[in-house]
Amino acid sequence: MRFRSHRWLFLLSSFLVLVSTGCGKKSSTNNDLVIWHWLTDRDDALQKLAAEYKKQSGVSVRLELYAPSDAYSSRVRAAAQTNTLPDIFGVLGETRDLASFIKSGHILNIQPAMQENSRAWYKTFFQKALANNTFEAGNQYEVNPGIYGVPIDVTNIQMLYNKDLFKQAGLNPDRAPRTWQEWMDAWHKLKAAGIPGLVSGWGETWMIDCFANNYAFNIMGEKKVLDTYRGKVSYTDPDWVKVLSLFEELRKEELLVPGMVTMINKSAEQTFANGKAAFAFNGSWCVNVYRGMNPNLNYAAMLPPAASTNYPMRIWGGAGSSFMVNARSTRQKEVIDFLKWLSGAGPQAELSKETMNLPANKTSVGQLPAQLSSFGSQMDMTTHPSQWPVAEIPTVVEAFDKGIQSILIGERTPLQVATEVQRQKQDYLSRNKKSR
Amino acid sequence: MTTEVLSAPDRPSEKFQLHVLKYKLTHWMRHGVAQVFCFSVAAGCLFPLIWMISSSLKTQSTVFSDMSLIVSNPRWSNYYEAWTRGNFGQYFFNSILYTTAVVFGVIIIASMAAYAFSRLQFPGRNFFFILIISTMMIPIPGSFIALYVLLVKLNLVDTRLGYILPQINGGLALGVFLLKTFFDKLPQDLEDAARIDGCNKFQVYLHVALPLAKPAVAVLAVFNALAVWNEYLLAMLVLSDRSLMPLQRGLMVFQGSHITEYPLLMAGIAISIIPILTLYFLMQRYIVAGITAGALKM
Amino acid sequence: MNWNRYRDIFTSYLFVIPAILLFSVFSLIPFFKVFQLSVFEWDGIAPTMSFVGMGNFSTAMFHDTAWWTSLRNAGVVTLLALTLQNLLALILAMIVDREIRGKNFYRVVFYLPPVLSGIVVGLVWNWIFDGSHGLLNHALQGVGLGKWARAWLADPDTALYAVAVIHMWKGFGWGFVILLAGLQAIPRELNEAAKVDGAGEWTIFSKITVPLMLPVFFLVSILTILGTMQIFDIIVSTTNGGPGYHTEVPITRILAAMVGSSRFGYACSLGILFGIILLAVSMVQMKLSKWSSRFSS
Repeated sequence: MRFRSHRWLFLLSSFLVLVSTGCGKKSSTNNDLVIWHWLTDRDDALQKLAAEYKKQSGVSVRLELYAPSDAYSSRVRAAAQTNTLPDIFGVLGETRDLASFIKSGHILNIQPAMQENSRAWYKTFFQKALANNTFEAGNQYEVNPGIYGVPIDVTNIQMLYNKDLFKQAGLNPDRAPRTWQEWMDAWHKLKAAGIPGLVSGWGETWMIDCFANNYAFNIMGEKKVLDTYRGKVSYTDPDWVKVLSLFEELRKEELLVPGMVTMINKSAEQTFANGKAAFAFNGSWCVNVYRGMNPNLNYAAMLPPAASTNYPMRIWGGAGSSFMVNARSTRQKEVIDFLKWLSGAGPQAELSKETMNLPANKTSVGQLPAQLSSFGSQMDMTTHPSQWPVAEIPTVVEAFDKGIQSILIGERTPLQVATEVQRQKQDYLSRNKKSR
Repeated sequence: MTTEVLSAPDRPSEKFQLHVLKYKLTHWMRHGVAQVFCFSVAAGCLFPLIWMISSSLKTQSTVFSDMSLIVSNPRWSNYYEAWTRGNFGQYFFNSILYTTAVVFGVIIIASMAAYAFSRLQFPGRNFFFILIISTMMIPIPGSFIALYVLLVKLNLVDTRLGYILPQINGGLALGVFLLKTFFDKLPQDLEDAARIDGCNKFQVYLHVALPLAKPAVAVLAVFNALAVWNEYLLAMLVLSDRSLMPLQRGLMVFQGSHITEYPLLMAGIAISIIPILTLYFLMQRYIVAGITAGALKM
Repeated sequence: MNWNRYRDIFTSYLFVIPAILLFSVFSLIPFFKVFQLSVFEWDGIAPTMSFVGMGNFSTAMFHDTAWWTSLRNAGVVTLLALTLQNLLALILAMIVDREIRGKNFYRVVFYLPPVLSGIVVGLVWNWIFDGSHGLLNHALQGVGLGKWARAWLADPDTALYAVAVIHMWKGFGWGFVILLAGLQAIPRELNEAAKVDGAGEWTIFSKITVPLMLPVFFLVSILTILGTMQIFDIIVSTTNGGPGYHTEVPITRILAAMVGSSRFGYACSLGILFGIILLAVSMVQMKLSKWSSRFSS
């Protein structure tokens, strides 16, 4: 036994020595442009493009993938603290996070580059895509006005309906309901035919927020919504209660697929793809997802049916993913040249072909499948919190979204939720007045 | 059962036979109940495994539309595709390296500390014990930033050592706690005997206490190996070079932000749990070897 | 004599120095950072942070009802795990400790749930508890209890318990392995001797197994408490804290503060509050363990 123990120890110590010395750090003196990205599904395509770029320009670009997005965010935040960010990276999160990165001097303003040659680069993009990364003069975040990111794709979130199930219920599969009333009428027929209603990943609360916000814009218009965020309008305003009441109606009509309140979006996508729901509320990425899950799915995109004629329906959309230039990079010109190339028509078309994402470059919206191009055609209808001059307090947003969940399970009434959200907001405002 | 027979030698034979019958019956009943119980729990444990394997043999479009567990057209090629696309060869090597290093690191450092906390007298003993096991209790949100800053200062970012050391530290609390409990339980006579024979502290620990704690050491090895094998977030924080990444990085290939390639992912997971189950199977020998009479009487 | 005493202490310290060294570098420094951050308001990005004193703590204590709900939820799951999960683990460990056919098979199979990837666990249990096509609902309909069918993970009455079931299913394997190792450390001769003396099963259990296993029971229960209070990956892959706040747990709240709304300082103060609670519970447990060991020996 004694002998054996010694042998173990010997083996072990030699092993540890090997690990700690033999496999040390590799020299990092190479001249690659470094990109940190989180786009798992586009890794191969990006690698291919980088190789192509190397052939064309002689500049080699090294892509490092960190996924999922939580891990990516951690890495980027941690690297920001040590000023070890790469030449190109992304900021995942809310506008205030992007603003903080900019104010900390991590992100280069690329507006000058965009405006060169009578705005040649600028003009290639969907304006809505650039809006996500643009800060106007006098913005709430106190960021110097400018453009701080290059969009590489765009996205928007709409509703979808299953044409086959429409036919089955005796509905016209080529005519989607446009108003709330039409939607309910269609639903009654579907329900009578035993077909389940709407599915969406409302366990991910931002999707609830998105849906509610669409209707808030429709019912009270942008100005009033933003005034609410500014604290000038109360959530107990009848218009907000009306927005919340829509969810109660959805519950009473039993329009939502059972369990949807806590469902993650990937399960929701499976449900719709397998023809087990007539409607879905989902983003433009779904075209690719459904294609994989059920190539024969017969569906079309539609706007969420309007609940009011007061204001136009607005949907969320804009840049899906953007790349930022490190303000401390020593090779900013080369970085910008690469991004110009990457956002050009050719590489954009290639990226979009590989992964069925809507390209950020207007000119490369060429041969897209029907569903995807119908998503693309609604880009002008889009809006997004990152494009608004004010943002709601995060805890209030949470109370609002969670409140809607509790309406959907019949625990609270719309008025109760509205009151609670408003109380949360006032509580926060009064506390922060004190501490400042 | 033999003891039972031997313990009742002088009884009248009829009564004795009845006794044996009754014993056999209850014994059989009890075994039957135990078997049924164990089997139903086992079925519950096996179900996800079977589901996973059957899913790994389907296609992306059938994986959630055809829910049957028996696959009519099994696509064994999924395993090959998962292995190659996930670049498992390289990652496997890395993961085995990390797992071995962390497991041995934890066992050596934690068992020495646990032995000291259990048997040796020194000032601050309880203080240090509580301090070390408190890492299990206080979740440190945002510690990734502090850790990264630290690793940058130590020049350990993107090195194997920078990935291994924090994980050894991560396993210490449980290791110290678990091993101390087992050391406390061990009879002390053996160690006293060894000491009288002239062994010093270290020799007593290495040759007497540690071998006796084998079941606990084996448990610790199994737990830590599993933790390291499944570790992913730290790797994303510390490592950049693909060639240093652990196995879980290979599984990430199949999990896009929007599309998850379930059959390939399931095949990848199935491949990835084989080594860890094998290790557990091998460690069984030590976990259930227990303390034999010989060890006590030695 | 003094010299020998110092030498003795010094050599004892040599045993713990590697652990303390590692701990100091990789745990203590982040610990201090967390304590420091807890009195600041910081978004995790900016180079500057603003001092708020005890502000984060008072917000957590008096204004954050969701935080207290989350503690209560985790408490409920912990109580269930402490009793049901550990009881299951103990029964199985005791059965498998005996001579039972297929015990090697069972030993491996019972450790499967902890080994299985969280992804698989999430997918399978989401399917079991699904509202429309769930296995559980099908089973209930099959035995004529269709009226009980529901979306188990989205129903406010059942969501937390459904999550607890998944957690216990995934967790009992750990306890099983530790308890099995503990049982193995009981010298066989003791049981045999007691049997020879005519002791029944129950007597053996209560007079030999329990007293000898007490330290292991305490170990397992502390680990269960710590592990269950810090439950979160199962929640993230099934309910995400919903519906409403019905399955929110402390770690999801801490993550919501940190990642969700970039309030790192606040997240740290929640972490400290949580740590104090867990530390207190563990201390009580350890005191209990010391107190009870007096009786068993």
